[in-house]
Amino acid sequence: MTAATHDAHHEHHDHGPAKGFMRWVTTTNHKDIGTLYLVTALIMFFVGGAMALIIRLELFEPGMQWVDPLFFNQMTTLHALIMVFGAVMPAFVGLANWMIPMMIGAPDMALPRMNNWSFWILPFAFALLASTLFMEGGAPAAGWTLYPPLVLQGGNHLPFAIFSVHLLGMSSIMGAINIIVTVFNMRAPGMTLMKLPMFVWTWVITAFLLIAVMPVFAGAVTMLLTDKYFGTSFFNAAGGGDPVLYQHLFWFFGHPEVYIMILPSFGVISQIIPTFARKPLFGYSSMVYATASIGLLSFIVWAHHQYTVGMPLAGELYFTYATMLIAVPTGVKVFNWISTMWKGAMTFETPMLFAIAFVVLFTMGGFTGLMMSISPADLQYHDTYFIVAHFHYVLVPGAVFALFAGTYYWLPKWTGHKYDERLGQLHFWLSTISVNVLFFPQHFVGLAGMPRRIPDYAVQFAEFNAMSSAGAFVFGFSQLIFVYVVIKAIKGGEKASSEVWEGAENHGLEWHLPSPPPYHTWTEAPAPELILDKH
Amino acid sequence: MKKTKQLLAGLALMIWGEAQADYAVNMPVGVTETSRDIHDLHMLILWICVAIGVIVYGLMVYSIVHHRKSKGAVPAKFHENTRLEIVWTLIPFLILFAMAVPATQVMIKAYDTGAADMTIKVTGYQWKWRYTYLDEGIDFFSTLDTKSNEARQLGSRIDPTTVDNYLLNVDDPLVIPVGKKIRILLTAADVLHAWWVPEFGWKKDAIPGFITDGWIKVEKPGTYRGQCAELCGRDHGFMPIVVIAKTDEEYKQWVAEHKSKQESEQAESGKTFTLDELVAKGEQVYSTNCAACHLPNGEGIPGTFPAIKGSPVALGPIAEHVSVVVKGKKSMPAFEDQLSAADLAAVITYQRNAFGNKKGDLVQPSEIQAQK
Repeated sequence: MTAATHDAHHEHHDHGPAKGFMRWVTTTNHKDIGTLYLVTALIMFFVGGAMALIIRLELFEPGMQWVDPLFFNQMTTLHALIMVFGAVMPAFVGLANWMIPMMIGAPDMALPRMNNWSFWILPFAFALLASTLFMEGGAPAAGWTLYPPLVLQGGNHLPFAIFSVHLLGMSSIMGAINIIVTVFNMRAPGMTLMKLPMFVWTWVITAFLLIAVMPVFAGAVTMLLTDKYFGTSFFNAAGGGDPVLYQHLFWFFGHPEVYIMILPSFGVISQIIPTFARKPLFGYSSMVYATASIGLLSFIVWAHHQYTVGMPLAGELYFTYATMLIAVPTGVKVFNWISTMWKGAMTFETPMLFAIAFVVLFTMGGFTGLMMSISPADLQYHDTYFIVAHFHYVLVPGAVFALFAGTYYWLPKWTGHKYDERLGQLHFWLSTISVNVLFFPQHFVGLAGMPRRIPDYAVQFAEFNAMSSAGAFVFGFSQLIFVYVVIKAIKGGEKASSEVWEGAENHGLEWHLPSPPPYHTWTEAPAPELILDKH
Repeated sequence: MKKTKQLLAGLALMIWGEAQADYAVNMPVGVTETSRDIHDLHMLILWICVAIGVIVYGLMVYSIVHHRKSKGAVPAKFHENTRLEIVWTLIPFLILFAMAVPATQVMIKAYDTGAADMTIKVTGYQWKWRYTYLDEGIDFFSTLDTKSNEARQLGSRIDPTTVDNYLLNVDDPLVIPVGKKIRILLTAADVLHAWWVPEFGWKKDAIPGFITDGWIKVEKPGTYRGQCAELCGRDHGFMPIVVIAKTDEEYKQWVAEHKSKQESEQAESGKTFTLDELVAKGEQVYSTNCAACHLPNGEGIPGTFPAIKGSPVALGPIAEHVSVVVKGKKSMPAFEDQLSAADLAAVITYQRNAFGNKKGDLVQPSEIQAQK
């Protein structure tokens, strides 16, 4: 009786969001939380970007003009920590929150209250991290790797930075658990694992990586803390410890971490290219296996970040061979994307442009990565701008472009409005040209002998650094176009159909929902015939 | 048509020629066997990547140009081809194998530090290098030269292009004989550093409490420059490495000269100086050894490096001050090995009389000797 009244009572409500500010604080809705993550990530992208511009400003010409070298080191450290933990990771979690329930035919994430918690930890974690900038002695200045003994030299920023890392790790682990539980328990009937969209697959694998490695990182930084404040000597050779132990722990986390930032990009790109090539994704099963292999290999190659610390020959050889192997599954993915384009009927809207640029430029980063896997050659590349160029090629035109591509791709679905295609393309061309002006010359200065993380350099590196800095400023300011395009689409514009892109309904469940989708995504499971066999 | 070709060829040559002259765009070939091996390996992998790139990007460009909807392309329906997928998994394996073989050979050779003719111990300090010739009994520190050091200060207004080898020059370079296999032992006194001269073809981390090693056999006399490659704090960008390779004869001559210089420095420690002499000498010592942390104006960096100006140590009892400088304290390194007694006396005297401290105290080298 009570139940019946309860149901009848609910039928009169549309289950829409609460109004006002508290909607966003208390929300457990996957779309609201997805939006919160994405907005936070965008803000942090600009904060981290501003720091990058301070770095590039100082490096514009030889000589020290603007900042103290110690502040420069603080900027390089915070820029990296903020971009990794504040921009790229939360942005992908935001996409996951928005898209996974829609893609697998679920009403929401499996653990909505934990979802709220895992987001709201972030602003506090970043407040702790940012507060170090205003402390005596400043923010951590030992690089994002926080290597001891250097990191132990600074002032009292250390516990703040480390507690912030702990909080970020907690948030990531909770997010990962939520994704795994959602995908394993909330799929619509008929959605078998081998029918999951690629984006969902890549996120499941990423989530397992996160759960496996975040605790290792948390442990390593806690050991730093006890070394500094409780007189332990984990990393202090004078007390019987080993500074290199920290590096092994860090990179056991750090290497999978780079795949945590890139696997979801693979997923996004694997959704976009088939839509705009109007063909199913080529080699779906091999894409799944390749992603899983990359995930597994990422655990056994960490010491290729430490070729120069003096490993035994056998260790050096092992890490060289194992690292080289990663090129195989990565190659498979690139070949599959190209075969998806092959004999398609392509159009080049902004998401597709970003996806193509992703494939081209990420592959370049992959090539330099392959070069670095070879230990003797890496003895020259290590800790130079060649490395900086490499990882920025995989993280900026890699991860960040995938995020842009995904945002443009799904923005009409999220807002119900088409974005301004002309401005989107302008954003694309400005970003793509400037990102290459920014990072390509860094290969040259690195090979010629410019170490990374230096605030000033010898005069023979001047021209390429000036070029790089000019590229940085154009790239940075171009991103304001993106913000404008997104705000404009939220505010209104041409109505988007449920399909949004021509033939999109052949590429996933999310395109069967209206644009914008209802507040509670799939209140009824989608019809089994909508679930695709191959994507 | 022919003219256009000529023009293009000329233009290409001009750009390439200029690139050769002004910009270094590639890894140097170097002056050791290892560095040449590594350069060859680097070029081999580079060209393999370029070849794969041409194929991959070529296919992409072809389908972007020909398989576009605006040209009336009709999408095909295929979505897998097991044979093709197996082929493009196997071929990369073979390519990787072809790379792994030469890489392994180079690595095994580069690792063989045995049968060295001489051994030099290199110790990284914040922010200078210490070179100890284990066979010759020579031991000295190598720091950024004064001109670069002045020019690199924030707001110095000195144009770096007017400084010879800006940031790549030191006061006291490492001198080695050519054609000898030299084993280099690396360690650090405070934090991690990395010793890297690009033209030698390797780089190793210097780790406090541990010793790593490598070797060089330089083939051509000359001056080779590099920098610390591991983030080591505020002045990480300012600890260059300069190596001068000399013929055997010139090297022996240098050894003799350096030894007599070391002896005269030791003799200085028995001398008695006037206050002015000590302050003048101390100012120099301060700018090379202390200014990086405590800043040239002695104001330090709050929270990290204490100020000398008005500091309780510089204004307190002399013995306490001497002990901090000589033995070190927390992140302040011990300077007893780094500086001679005369330099220590001078710099302590300077600190007590500069930056408005005006104590009028003076410390003689003999007093330092007593505390050491």
